[in-house]
Amino acid sequence: MGKKLLLDKVGVAGIQKYDVYRREGGYAAVEKALKALTPEIILDEVKKSGLRGRGGAGFPTGMKWSFLAKPPGVPRHLVCNADESEPGTFKDRYLMEKLPHLLIEGMITSSFALGANTSYIYIRGEYAYIYKILETAIQEAYKAGWLGKNILGTGYDLDLYMQIGAGAYICGEETALLESLEGKRGNPRIKPPFPAIAGLWGRPTVVNNVETLMAVVPIINFGGEAYSKIGIGRSTGTKLISASGHINKPGVYEIDLGLPVEEFIYSQEYCGGILGGRKMKAVVAGGSSVPILPTELILRTAKGEPRLMTYESLGDGGFATGTMLGSGGFIVMDESTSIVKNLYTFSRFYHHESCGQCSPCREGTGWMEKILHKVLSGHGTLRDIDLLWDIQQKIDGKTICPLGEAAAWPVASAIRHFRSEFEDFVKNPQSIQDVKHYYRLTGEKA
Amino acid sequence: MAGSKKIQFSEKAMAYVRELIARYPAGKQKSAVIPILHLAQAEFDGWLSAPVMDYVASLLNIQSIEVYEVASFYSMFNLKPVGKCTIEVCHTSSCWLRGAEDIIRHIEKKLNISAGETTTDGMFTLKKVECLGACGYAPMFQVGADFYENLTIQKTDELLEKFRKEGKRQTYCNHLVDVK
Repeated sequence: MGKKLLLDKVGVAGIQKYDVYRREGGYAAVEKALKALTPEIILDEVKKSGLRGRGGAGFPTGMKWSFLAKPPGVPRHLVCNADESEPGTFKDRYLMEKLPHLLIEGMITSSFALGANTSYIYIRGEYAYIYKILETAIQEAYKAGWLGKNILGTGYDLDLYMQIGAGAYICGEETALLESLEGKRGNPRIKPPFPAIAGLWGRPTVVNNVETLMAVVPIINFGGEAYSKIGIGRSTGTKLISASGHINKPGVYEIDLGLPVEEFIYSQEYCGGILGGRKMKAVVAGGSSVPILPTELILRTAKGEPRLMTYESLGDGGFATGTMLGSGGFIVMDESTSIVKNLYTFSRFYHHESCGQCSPCREGTGWMEKILHKVLSGHGTLRDIDLLWDIQQKIDGKTICPLGEAAAWPVASAIRHFRSEFEDFVKNPQSIQDVKHYYRLTGEKA
Repeated sequence: MAGSKKIQFSEKAMAYVRELIARYPAGKQKSAVIPILHLAQAEFDGWLSAPVMDYVASLLNIQSIEVYEVASFYSMFNLKPVGKCTIEVCHTSSCWLRGAEDIIRHIEKKLNISAGETTTDGMFTLKKVECLGACGYAPMFQVGADFYENLTIQKTDELLEKFRKEGKRQTYCNHLVDVK
């Protein structure tokens, strides 16, 4: 297998269009799946591949599929989670914009494996322009006979529909997404029951991320075993990484899992090093929720081993010295960055996005934002730092959905690794004004 | 304003409403509420008044409160009038790292409003918003369905001028309806 499994054809002119996509070998996975394979064999291939959910949680996809209840006479659904909203993450947007038919191909193959006859793509409202791209691609797929009744004469029927959101990070949580798809507020459900038992309209449902569903296509084309040979240990296959912040080449990169973090940041093939040749200060490696790490810990584990882009290596050391691969939202900060100010943008985000169901999250995220604002306004006290620590602890693990943890971990990790910066702002409020942020657009060309 | 004229979708929008409802099983038409609210916002002056929401409820045969509670939950629905052109500048981490604050300050100065306000001529509303998924192309803002990325002060000025010249209402929905 080549290095790029999802992006290998991304440079082909017109690949968004059905004719070009088909000419380049597109929809081969659907042909193979529907004509030569059974749902059981497809499930087995996905299990063998070791594919893990690419939305952030990293749960084994084959296992998730195997939990799907199959009571006779009850329709089942596959829902694609295209609600990508984790700060620092923009790979699903890139994938859908560039390769809409790859998502449709992955969804047909996966729907067939799950025995679903009606599937939905739930896309965040802000991606309205991508809605159009996908809607056009779906219509092309219907016309060419890949969707609708009796696909390829196999007797398998599938309808695929788009559904648009309207601005709510929480709808990326799968049960909130299902609520939203049912036309309600995006309040996460209490689990169990899990969607595999009672999901959309109470029916058995699988919710998978865009990248996960696309990865099913090479798994079917080349086999689960071949896919599992890419990567290291339980981190198999390729992963799309969204790189942003103070780097020379921000963008979306497909990497083999196992790539050293240092190579990802500094090689010309990927991020191309730090802007202006400055020094790196910190990295948020997997989207805003995961712990921030200072340079020395993102490049090497506490044991001194090179940190690799895998679920396991990034997690090495637990939260004391490690982080998570998460959604692959890789935010790099240079030496000029105020960690406290960056944290404030995260805490403001989580306060804004808390659905308000659980008191620890609803109240706690607001308190954290306010305290950080107080510190940044020059009115902080040393006790405020302890209070922040106390609040994040009281949110972590005490909410219906993981938004609580997502809000708590950035606060905990910023204090754990950069406590002295908080103390400097408290002890010497003037130092807040002195923070030199290099990227003032008014003073320097962007 | 929506209250002063009859609230009624255009034929084109109504056809789309019917198609949206057909995407869900019988009796589950409530699922269409979010896309229909997007359409309503586009057709009725860029915001959702109570009568507009009542109208949407009647189309879906659900209670008005079921529409209000949805409209008030999602940040893209305006419950108050907004300018023809709402500029939504992302200011979360990656955009902040690459100068979003400078873009916001510049627009505030240029339009003589603070974020959250609308210009007196009703042309522009400026909003600070959270992560729009354009982190690698920061700083950026969204206007209607389109993303404007890798912004500089100069590029921002040019875009403001372009929107002013066009003078038309920018909605998230242009693309939804255009598909049909």
